[in-house]
Amino acid sequence: MSDPVIVIRDLKNQFGSQVVHEHLDLDVERGEILGIVGGSGTGKSVLMRAILGLRPPQAGTIEVLGENIATETPARRLRRRTGVLFQDGALFSSLTVLENVEEPLKEHYPDLTPALRHDLAVLKIRLAGLPASAGAKMPSELSGGMRKRVGLARALATDPELLFLDEPTAGLDPVGAAAFDQLLKTLQQALGLTVFLITHDLDTLYTVCDRVAVIGQRRILTIGALSEVERFDDDWVREYFFGPRGRAAEKAHDQGGR
Amino acid sequence: MNQDSALIQPSDDADALRLLGDWRVHQAARLERTLRRESFTARRLDGRGIEHLDAAGALMLLRLADLAGVQAEDVMLREEHVHLFGTVAASLDEDEAEETPVPAWQRGLARIGATVVKLGQSARELLGFFGLTLLTWVKVMPRPSQWRVTATVHHMQQSGLDALPLVALLSFLVGAVVAFLGATVLREFGAELFVVDLTTFAFLREFGVLLTAILLAGRTASAYTAQIGTMKSREEIDAIRTLGQDPIVLLVLPRLIALLIMLPILSVVATLAGLLGGFFVAVFSLGIPAELFVARAQEAAALNHYLTGLAKAPLFAIVIALIGCLEGFKVTGTAQSVGERTTSAVVQCISTVIIIDALAAVFFMEMGW
Repeated sequence: MSDPVIVIRDLKNQFGSQVVHEHLDLDVERGEILGIVGGSGTGKSVLMRAILGLRPPQAGTIEVLGENIATETPARRLRRRTGVLFQDGALFSSLTVLENVEEPLKEHYPDLTPALRHDLAVLKIRLAGLPASAGAKMPSELSGGMRKRVGLARALATDPELLFLDEPTAGLDPVGAAAFDQLLKTLQQALGLTVFLITHDLDTLYTVCDRVAVIGQRRILTIGALSEVERFDDDWVREYFFGPRGRAAEKAHDQGGR
Repeated sequence: MNQDSALIQPSDDADALRLLGDWRVHQAARLERTLRRESFTARRLDGRGIEHLDAAGALMLLRLADLAGVQAEDVMLREEHVHLFGTVAASLDEDEAEETPVPAWQRGLARIGATVVKLGQSARELLGFFGLTLLTWVKVMPRPSQWRVTATVHHMQQSGLDALPLVALLSFLVGAVVAFLGATVLREFGAELFVVDLTTFAFLREFGVLLTAILLAGRTASAYTAQIGTMKSREEIDAIRTLGQDPIVLLVLPRLIALLIMLPILSVVATLAGLLGGFFVAVFSLGIPAELFVARAQEAAALNHYLTGLAKAPLFAIVIALIGCLEGFKVTGTAQSVGERTTSAVVQCISTVIIIDALAAVFFMEMGW
């Protein structure tokens, strides 16, 4: 475990006088699914946006795939090697599903023939668990679960090594959420992805995450395997994992026999 | 020769192809060219030499296998790649008929058809909505407790009073332009004085009301659509219904009544401002004495002209308010939909207003009013 894909040191994020992160350190190892949890307003999404270079931090360094993102505007190279699924899919509303998935390919691999690009996009749509016929639809015709799957297909379009997911199961019904978790796990194993996963969903944490990081008090409170993090001595963490919902999710997971 | 050959090579075993190197998405285009150019026959594919494989590479591998007549099971791979290859192969296995693309001319015809149907539909909807609103109004009329006076006054201010400076300014400018235009033509006949008749005529009969209506179609109809659309997308309309209230009473009637009152008033202001614009041009640029202008205007301004102009105002008010509100109710879910509906409302309002105005002009002319 010493091949970090993301290295964050001494990060500081601040909105006006409100400090969101301070002295935040975080390593994400290659090939793991790291779950990020934390109460509302602790800056989970801000952290993701900072790593993606969408928001310059006030201090600190962020290295993604060995490149410091602060020194230059994040290189195209980096964009090609990372995929992002935003909360509601963030699909381009003027493009069909297929065109949405083709877009990153068009941008990063212009030498692909249209036919091959089409086939690659269809493959990703299939991998995301959608029928190929979904490709002709517009994003507005899709249900929430399908939008997320299309978002995932687009995030995977360039075969990235690193995948960012912002609350992928939020707004899905439990059946859809469980299916999405399963899909994520399968794809992560098949494609060898590293996944940075922001979630509130305890079931997701129990079923897919290799490690969990808890954000609070402007930094990473604790990081490690779920069993270690659960035992961390903090009110919020205890409340989170051992509140009624946490216990139910854990129980369900244990009975699931994994 | 080049990198292509490095990726696919014959092996010592004549039945097998050896695959080497980096089979990832950045090689996909190159691999595709190779597959198209050359033909491969083999009984087995030895992919153990592949160092990097991703989903795109797996797709190309499947294609090569297909071309060479190799079963997917007969592709040998490194252990870490087997799972990926299997997943990709499985996802493509569930074959389904892809829809054949429709030819362009058919799509064009379909679009025209769909547009016509949609036009008819929205006309029907508008009529239905008009009826519903009218019915609701009649029902509410005897019950003053249900009148939404505060909301009505609020909308009168927003869509009427606040629009006053703009309406006045634009009408003033158009009045001046009309006077200038008229003067350039009439000067040739030495009849510059008739500029007064022209301006008076134009503003009393047409421009006062029309300008106001077009302005409000842009300013107010869009506001109505955006307001109601936002409420619709946040389920406020549904909330109103579940509380047992009627969104027509709460949202549509105040807006409609506000516009019914304010549009004629604004039209009067617009007419006056337009005449003032003509007056300024006539007096300061054309040298027509002010007293003469006033006397001439009084002569030209017959009551019937003014009434035929003003008669259209309530009609425009109804069109603008109803289309604005109806488009708002048509919003579905997303913010994008609010934008689309707002655009649609403005376009519909302006075109309907102009169509009605043209029909009315012909009608009044034929009637000799």
